[in-house]
Amino acid sequence: MNKIAPIQSIGIPKPLVDGPEKATGRAMFAADFQAADALVGRILRSPVAHANIIAINTAKAEALPGVMAVVTEADCADSYGVLPIAMNEWALARHRVRYRGEPVAAVAAVDVATAQRALDLIVVTYEELPAYFTAAEARAEGAMDLHEDKPGNIEREVEFDLGDVDTDMAAADLVREIEVHCTEVCQAQMEPHAAFAEYDAAREQLTIRPSTQVPFYVHKMLARTMDMADSHIRVIKPHIGGGFGCRTETLQSDLIAGLLARKARGTVKVVLSREETFITHRGRPETDIKMKVGMKKDGTITAVDFSAQQRGGAYSGYGIVTILYAGSLIYGIYDIVSVRFHGYRVLTNTPPCGAFRGHGTVKTRFAFESLIDGMAMELGLDPFAVRRANLLVAPTMTENDLLVNSYGLDQCLDWVEKASGWKQRKGKLALNKGLGMACSHYISGASKPKHWTGEPHATIHLRVDWDASITLLTGAAEIGQGSSTVMAQCVAETLGVDMGRIRVIASDSALTPKDNGSYSSRVTFMVGNAAIDAAQNLKAVLIRAAARKLEIAPEDVECLGEVYRGGKQDQGLTFDEVVMDALTGEGTLAVKGTYDTLPESWGGRKYRGAAIGGTMAFSYAAQVVEVTVDPHTAEITVDKVWVAHDCGKALNPLAVEGQVQGSVWMGMGQALSEEARYHEGLPLHANMLDYRVPTIIESPPIEVGIIEANDPHGPFGAKEAGEGSLTGFLPALTNAVADAMGVRATELPLTPDRLLELLEKKARGERAAGATDGAAA
Amino acid sequence: MKTVLSLMVNGVARDDVVPDNMLLVDYLREKAGLTGTKIGCDGGECGACTVLIDDRPRHACLTLASTCQNARVETVDGLSRDGRLTAIQRGFHEKLGSQCGFCTPGMIMASEALLRRNPDPSEGEIRDALAANICRCTGYVKIIEAVQFAARELAA
Repeated sequence: MNKIAPIQSIGIPKPLVDGPEKATGRAMFAADFQAADALVGRILRSPVAHANIIAINTAKAEALPGVMAVVTEADCADSYGVLPIAMNEWALARHRVRYRGEPVAAVAAVDVATAQRALDLIVVTYEELPAYFTAAEARAEGAMDLHEDKPGNIEREVEFDLGDVDTDMAAADLVREIEVHCTEVCQAQMEPHAAFAEYDAAREQLTIRPSTQVPFYVHKMLARTMDMADSHIRVIKPHIGGGFGCRTETLQSDLIAGLLARKARGTVKVVLSREETFITHRGRPETDIKMKVGMKKDGTITAVDFSAQQRGGAYSGYGIVTILYAGSLIYGIYDIVSVRFHGYRVLTNTPPCGAFRGHGTVKTRFAFESLIDGMAMELGLDPFAVRRANLLVAPTMTENDLLVNSYGLDQCLDWVEKASGWKQRKGKLALNKGLGMACSHYISGASKPKHWTGEPHATIHLRVDWDASITLLTGAAEIGQGSSTVMAQCVAETLGVDMGRIRVIASDSALTPKDNGSYSSRVTFMVGNAAIDAAQNLKAVLIRAAARKLEIAPEDVECLGEVYRGGKQDQGLTFDEVVMDALTGEGTLAVKGTYDTLPESWGGRKYRGAAIGGTMAFSYAAQVVEVTVDPHTAEITVDKVWVAHDCGKALNPLAVEGQVQGSVWMGMGQALSEEARYHEGLPLHANMLDYRVPTIIESPPIEVGIIEANDPHGPFGAKEAGEGSLTGFLPALTNAVADAMGVRATELPLTPDRLLELLEKKARGERAAGATDGAAA
Repeated sequence: MKTVLSLMVNGVARDDVVPDNMLLVDYLREKAGLTGTKIGCDGGECGACTVLIDDRPRHACLTLASTCQNARVETVDGLSRDGRLTAIQRGFHEKLGSQCGFCTPGMIMASEALLRRNPDPSEGEIRDALAANICRCTGYVKIIEAVQFAARELAA
């Protein structure tokens, strides 16, 4: 007789549950929906960076045959935005445009040509205003305010001063400073933004399929902008072609599709071009950081004093959160007490920035890990030793009240040091080759929701009927990161059943429980825990049914997944039989599971905004990067990356590897080649050739070590896996270049022209020094 | 001007009246209803629209439909046989060469073209064959493994 045992689903490499659809072309993305009567939606955008709108004349466009709707700000009931305290954006610009490419009007027409002609017939009269394209220009004295309620164009000024920075800095053996400048970068996810909106004119109801990571937020903002009852809107998330944060807030194209569909009283498809997708932006802001660190001779860090300035773009978006993260997440990775931070989020006449993978932490970490690398060299310490001198011991609470219950950074360091052959190879590589390392961390979900309603953070429904299949209903937005797979694994593991029994239905507001969406790496931790809770509740129902049938006490029922029995000699009941018993007198089963964060994870109160950074668990990562630099062209080749990521229990090791490799690689693009540039507010990068995403040719092998420092509150111990490894790449790369060439880059991306300048400056310095030496002799 | 276009799409003969300026990608998605082929850029930048024309990988967004007269056009929609994933499709699925899946149709068709002309490609040859296809999720590591998996499967 075969041994009967619960089937394992956790900790086993599992292909994605929606993989076959993606490999066959059957996966439906927003732009793939078609209807014979679907209209084409097109957007008219501002040709100027800053202007008052004197008039918008749409009469000729409306009169054009084939045009079914024209919308402007007059059709919008209210502003929108992702943060309840900063909703200062309109789906279509109201009275004023603040960046080139801002949507001003939109049309729905029978075909592309008619829609385009209609846009050409709309006459907008602008009165141009002074425009500011850098944070410094916008903050300069006498600069005009972009928003009346944001004097000096400061979106938010953040300050904190914890511990005793001056005393601890004075106690250091070495104090060094660094100034870094990082350009703006874009998510450049493969799918351009799109929305397919159907308006049911008989019922005054809207059904929309937007390319979003946050269907619930889109739902809320549609209701607000269109002044519709929430109950009259249905948001169905189709397959999503990546996000990386640019879709963690409602985008104008989502709202415009809804507005056009209602006005046309029909179906409208809005598909943005790649250029428009770049202009919609929501990427990582251009950032300047000045940082001072004090260090003891043994590598112990005594204090950090730093400031950050972010060019946020024309509207608030996530800006306040981004600048708060830039400060708060200096904590949570090393044992540092005294930190002073001063941050400015600045409004400028450029497309609005947003939340990009590693939200707010990337450039702070770049400055910090670069600075301590140089200080380690100066003190004659190994970079690994400096990190090891500053490790945290979990469980602990940081000085800014961040909860750290699990901590695997020490193991990450051990793994990458060994895998990369650091001890044997560091300093012994051939000419123009170098090794660099750095560490990083990230939250497993923001513990405090942006919209405080008193509901749990996450809810999962499980439905079981006579066919004994399990339908898992989740609001978690599958965007390619594998959330649906992880939910199915959590439920299958808890019940001990085959994953094939489980069907996942994700993100349809008419069917699935509300979920805040896929951002801040919250889904595995929060929704995963809700899935386990739901499965445990279902299991309890099934055990009670089995006990009734077997005429034993529930606590005597042995659940083996596909078999429930009273003891070893008992043949038991199959899962299907137990389900039928559970349905007797009850009908279709519907059980629920929820998850809530602990109040002690909600961050602190020591300064305004201290809740940002609060999380149930941190992931940790360390990486080593090996480079070769061509001394003549200054071209950098990344030969190999070794990365260790502490994600707690790796629920799906295959998906963890994929996430970590993708993160590291995305960090590589930002370190080496990706750069959003503007001329007078006009994007110079708005296509996939000028915005230089690495191709397969220059992408290195990335060896992943999975470190499992399980978190006591994580689902099966799991933590974040999809963001933390991005951040470490940037400093690891520049540290490797410093090792190879003896120059430290403080400006990113480190393109050949930037590196060549550094190399030439170094050569000039050496020649000058040589000449002086000669004169002395 | 319009042309009567006669061609084979995924093994099925079709005749359609198409405007001379219609792009192959629009023909496939809108006329033939085959939405597997994706549009990821404004023309020739990302490779998501890669299809096979007479076994050669081509950007459907840079090809006029009317130039495909009497050609054999193959898209990701028609690749699997009898509902079974082919080796290259299994590679992308099982080895996680596909995360969000938007570049996948183009990646799979470019890989399919490679494996037809070179059933045992080196890693360098795989990189060269996919150089015009951008993926934003995987870092390409598992894409290379997916193609290697398919080559092994086909050899077995």
